[in-house]
Amino acid sequence: MTTTVLTWREVARVCLLLSAALLLISLIALTLGGAAIPARSVFAAFWEGLTQSPSSLSVEHRLILFDVRLPRLFLAMIVGAALSLAGAGYQALLRNPLADPYVLGVSSGAALGTILALALAARLTLAMPLAAFVGASLTTAAVYFLGQRGGQLAPYTLLLAGVITASFLSAIIAFLLNFLSASDLRGATFWLMGDLSGTAPFSLAWLALPALMSFGVMYYYAGDLNLLLAGETEAESLGVDVGRTKLAIYLAASLATGLAVSVSGAIGYIGLLVPHLVRLLFGSDYRLLLPASALGGAVVLVTADAVARSVAAPTEVPVGAVTAVVGAPVFIYLLRFRLNDRSSASATGENS
Amino acid sequence: MNPDRRASVLLEVRQAAYGFSHFQLQSLNLSLHRGETLAIIGPNASGKSTLLKLLAGLLQPQAGAVLLDGRPVASFNFRERARRIAVVQQESFLHFPVRVMPFVLQGRYAHMGPMQFETRPHQEVARAALLQTRTGHLAERLLQEISGGEKQRVVLARALAQQPELLLLDEPTLHLDIGSQVELLRLVQSLARRNHYAVALVSHELNLAAEFADTVLLLQGGRALRYGAPAEVFERELLEEVFQTELDVFPHPETGRPRVVLRAPEGDPKGGGPAALDPGLR
Repeated sequence: MTTTVLTWREVARVCLLLSAALLLISLIALTLGGAAIPARSVFAAFWEGLTQSPSSLSVEHRLILFDVRLPRLFLAMIVGAALSLAGAGYQALLRNPLADPYVLGVSSGAALGTILALALAARLTLAMPLAAFVGASLTTAAVYFLGQRGGQLAPYTLLLAGVITASFLSAIIAFLLNFLSASDLRGATFWLMGDLSGTAPFSLAWLALPALMSFGVMYYYAGDLNLLLAGETEAESLGVDVGRTKLAIYLAASLATGLAVSVSGAIGYIGLLVPHLVRLLFGSDYRLLLPASALGGAVVLVTADAVARSVAAPTEVPVGAVTAVVGAPVFIYLLRFRLNDRSSASATGENS
Repeated sequence: MNPDRRASVLLEVRQAAYGFSHFQLQSLNLSLHRGETLAIIGPNASGKSTLLKLLAGLLQPQAGAVLLDGRPVASFNFRERARRIAVVQQESFLHFPVRVMPFVLQGRYAHMGPMQFETRPHQEVARAALLQTRTGHLAERLLQEISGGEKQRVVLARALAQQPELLLLDEPTLHLDIGSQVELLRLVQSLARRNHYAVALVSHELNLAAEFADTVLLLQGGRALRYGAPAEVFERELLEEVFQTELDVFPHPETGRPRVVLRAPEGDPKGGGPAALDPGLR
């Protein structure tokens, strides 16, 4: 009878399970790509690296493995985790199961920030992620206010506001692209679809830090988010400091989105797909959902990137195209079966 | 708990006022004892829900004070307040599926720190709350798939899991059939007596308010028209004026509590007596 009560043991069990899945999928991902490096060789390379024994791998393969595939793998993990966290955060903040940084236009805001920074201050290393964070924050705020009707968040209005904001921001980005040099332009176009092939402008450790910060802040408020889903007045009467919680989640989710977009562009639907998959498999308690979404996001994006690299080898497809092909149908499914009309009616009326 | 403390004043409202642009709740006084049930009645837009929010500390009075144990409700921090005051809202909409047990455990939030899990003692409180509301058998069900009456009892169970001193209910019987209405209010009344909660409930059901409340507050246009025992508040002329319709008020033959019915149209040969049409039960 106590199966539905969440314990830390359950959280640890799920995290362990997902970590194992991440490890497995990472090893497979490392073998895939233009040059086939068999799993045996990947193991050997790591073992030799650990024991500092002479390598059996060719110099070329070692370069591919350690300087190309491994950084890209870590990048995919961090970006996937960040986007999933942002999605889970927005879903609670906006009480909308379909909230996702890409669908809400927040990714476009971050992209606009990044492009502006690229055009105006390309030489400053921190300019792009900072501008992306600012872009994400401003867009979130705009969509939040546009998505209201009669002082209440209305689920459908919110989604429409996000879609329109995204198309508006994309138009501005299209104008700005004219001012980029030809070499920047090719990269930017690919990047706009969501792409992990670019190298991060700074080390992965610096990328992981804000992602961890964002996770830490959100996890601190995990219990509050569970209650916030039921509505703000209700959460407040149950003891939640609603204002502080919303501000913290708003900043943490914008930070995660800005971070992800500034290095990999607008990869869509990860923040929608992963938290829903986790809810389906393990339950919807945020104390479990947040860590599981972060790990699950890493698994999904590493997988999607492996597909993107190998499906049309030797060339590659933008990873955002892979996630959208899977994500858009799922979005439609959730739109039809999860976002009920009664909820939107209650948001506009009945409260006196 | 000694009898003195049981009957002591828990909540006191002194000259409290709150205004919106189009509506003003005017200097209101009331006191609520432990174990007492107060019904707040009045026509639409009379300020019932606003008053309840003031009592809950969800709104702060613009003048006057709302005191819980002599301390302004607004001075409690969020968790402190939720450990003493529980609110049952009209209806809560859920966009994300949730099972009954985790839902009731939400009532333990205020008793826990951040990033903690509901340990066995918390689970026991929640289970006891489910048993008290006779919803123990629903623990593993989804909240979305149980009936309206069951759901309101589960929402009440969550409020009980907060282990509050003051229980506030905003039209708890809205959308319930008459049987479920009576069942819920009986439950609230017996819990108030047994656990010595002070209860304040907003209701449109005049007859249920008269039957289950110890005191009644009648509001109109943000003013308190009358405040006292049901028999003192349920006066025919007063209610007729407030609700703008012709009514009959008479004491129930057994309980002696007032009953309100629509008056039969004059000269209607089939006017089958006061019980024929009952506004409170429709």
